[in-house]
Amino acid sequence: MTEAVIHLHPPGRLAALVGNPNAGKTALFNRLTGSNQKVANYAGVTIERKEGKLALPSGKTVRVLDLPGTYSLHPRSPDERITCDVLQGTARGEKRPDLVVCVVDATNLRRSLRLVLGIKRMGLPCVVALNMADLAESRGMRLDPDALASELGVPVVSTVAVQGDGDAALRALLERPEIWQPTTTLMPVPQPPGDELPDHERVRQILERLGLDVVAPHLASDRIDRVVLHPVIGPVLLAVLLFLVFQAVFAWAEAPKGWIESATAWLGNQVGALLPEGYLRSFITDGLIAGVGGVIVFLPQVLILFFFILVLEESGYLPRAAFLLDRIMGGVGLSGRSFIPLLSSFACAIPGIMATRTIANPRDRLVTIMIAPMMTCSARLPVYALLIGAFIPNRKLAGFELQGLVLFALYLAGILGSLAVAWILKRTTARGLVRPLMMELPTYHWPHLRSVALGLWQRAEIFMRRVGTIILVLTIALWFLASFPTPPEGATRPAIEYSIAGMLGHGLSLLLAPIGFNWQISIALVPGLAAREVAVSALGTVYALSATGEGTAEALSPIIAHSWSLATALSLLAWYVFAPQCMATLATVKRETGGWKWALVMAGYLFALAYLASFVTYRVALALGWG
Amino acid sequence: MRRDTFSTPELPPVRAATRRLCLDGVPLGQPFVVQRVLPDANVPERARQLEEIGFNPGEQVMVMTRGIPGGDPLVVRVGQSTFALRGAEAACIQVEGTGGRAA
Repeated sequence: MTEAVIHLHPPGRLAALVGNPNAGKTALFNRLTGSNQKVANYAGVTIERKEGKLALPSGKTVRVLDLPGTYSLHPRSPDERITCDVLQGTARGEKRPDLVVCVVDATNLRRSLRLVLGIKRMGLPCVVALNMADLAESRGMRLDPDALASELGVPVVSTVAVQGDGDAALRALLERPEIWQPTTTLMPVPQPPGDELPDHERVRQILERLGLDVVAPHLASDRIDRVVLHPVIGPVLLAVLLFLVFQAVFAWAEAPKGWIESATAWLGNQVGALLPEGYLRSFITDGLIAGVGGVIVFLPQVLILFFFILVLEESGYLPRAAFLLDRIMGGVGLSGRSFIPLLSSFACAIPGIMATRTIANPRDRLVTIMIAPMMTCSARLPVYALLIGAFIPNRKLAGFELQGLVLFALYLAGILGSLAVAWILKRTTARGLVRPLMMELPTYHWPHLRSVALGLWQRAEIFMRRVGTIILVLTIALWFLASFPTPPEGATRPAIEYSIAGMLGHGLSLLLAPIGFNWQISIALVPGLAAREVAVSALGTVYALSATGEGTAEALSPIIAHSWSLATALSLLAWYVFAPQCMATLATVKRETGGWKWALVMAGYLFALAYLASFVTYRVALALGWG
Repeated sequence: MRRDTFSTPELPPVRAATRRLCLDGVPLGQPFVVQRVLPDANVPERARQLEEIGFNPGEQVMVMTRGIPGGDPLVVRVGQSTFALRGAEAACIQVEGTGGRAA
């Protein structure tokens, strides 16, 4: 699927926010534009593009672009490259900004002002927002925006992005027409490499003259770090935190999941009653509503997980978690930066894969994408629940629920599988490579409800948009495969057996017989490609049940318990740990890696792994007499 | 497994008497001053990147904590920021004592 590149620029002046990472740039952007934001991607690359509209006191509006944070104009990651390209006017489909707002962390002027000097040299009109001014002053720094302005030669205002009217001075500044006037030439002035020292020296002199050349310790943050980064307490704290997050993801999501399921069933019934029996009804109720509903059901879990991720990110904890895990990840050839995408993948691999964009090293990013689907996403749970409920006796083993232990083992199998794959890739593709870390650990902040809410809203929008496009198309295609051709007159077996999906399933069953799958399972795996949990309702269809949703699993449980062997059930569980049973994930991989190559490699190796795991499981189970 | 990461950057020979003190080998919690960032022949962009995030000559640095096991990566305070660095990255930052000045 490709995205159209629109070269039509909307009217209005364009201001770009540029600054160091952790300078409070996005908070300022949120403060300026409120909920009036559009989140999309930059043309041709999968880097999040945030644009908003700022209404000035005079009633005029300005378009504001939130560029990815950067330490310099020498890009070190794809995000930083976009910032440089947009500022130079060479980014595809992007207008060169009319004005650059340099967002500067007032508590860290030395580093930020270097970027300001670099941007100023590019010849764009430029103003400086001295952000976190309150924090700097509470640390005893006396900021004088006017003095700084005359040193830098550009207008400077103080801002406090996290305060109600903290952006008033900036808004007033943007009203003044003269700041939008091009200063000299619009030609970008390329900076020769190695010409950095004068800038750093200039900044040092400016700060010395303004009396800001002090290094204040951040006591509060350091005190927290003494616990959080402690060699023993730190990892324990991280483990407890992750455990609580997972508890919440599964416990809190139960109620909303139930509402969505009943709403979907209700809607299906209502619409079904209005339509005459036939293809249209089957298409709308079984294909469209059930298919899309089956994916929306995961929205609560995705949102709860993202709520925690956003809070941890805002507070400054996530980079510390990445630091704590860096050594373990290093053992398998990854860096701590891969931790966040992999964590997200436990809700759904799609946001996880999208979160790999922050990994600068292309090899690390690709490896993280390739192993992300092995993290047990929530779509596997309905399948796990069905099989465990039907086959694993509900009794205790050494004080633990046996069913819970099996579920835990399945999670563990996915994690260990992914570590093993990453380790093999390390031995083969990353010999002797030391990947950069250089990860900033920002000072701790209380998370701001407003930013968290906005971030969540944007996640929900992205997820729903995917449901609306890729997943919808795939659901329709698979409904078609499972419905046509129609069974002949007087057919006795379920309709799905006569369809293309049925034929594929029968063909597949030859291939899958060695791992213990019967033809019913093989057929169910075909529509299960749309989304894993669809296999449950597909099994229901194959076993000629009319119930839908939760009813299917309840009715199905005794049937499969009766007709499958334990070896087959364990083999199917092993299959689900690894098999890439999710077209939407593969489509996301294609988009994120810019081609089908890696999506196909992923599908190939995961299917091979699933087959191997199922084969071993099945054979071992048979040998143990569980056939 | 990653003992090889503490590679010594290639440099013109220094006077034998001066032992280079680098950020990967300094004690925790003591302030030092960056003398210079040494280039690493294997990772040519590293020196520039370290300078961009604030490791400039004259800047105050302090190792806050070290990862376990093996002391890699390190948490380093540079000026007003805190960064996690790999041992190999810290090994590129040559430092000297502050001469008794406190942080």
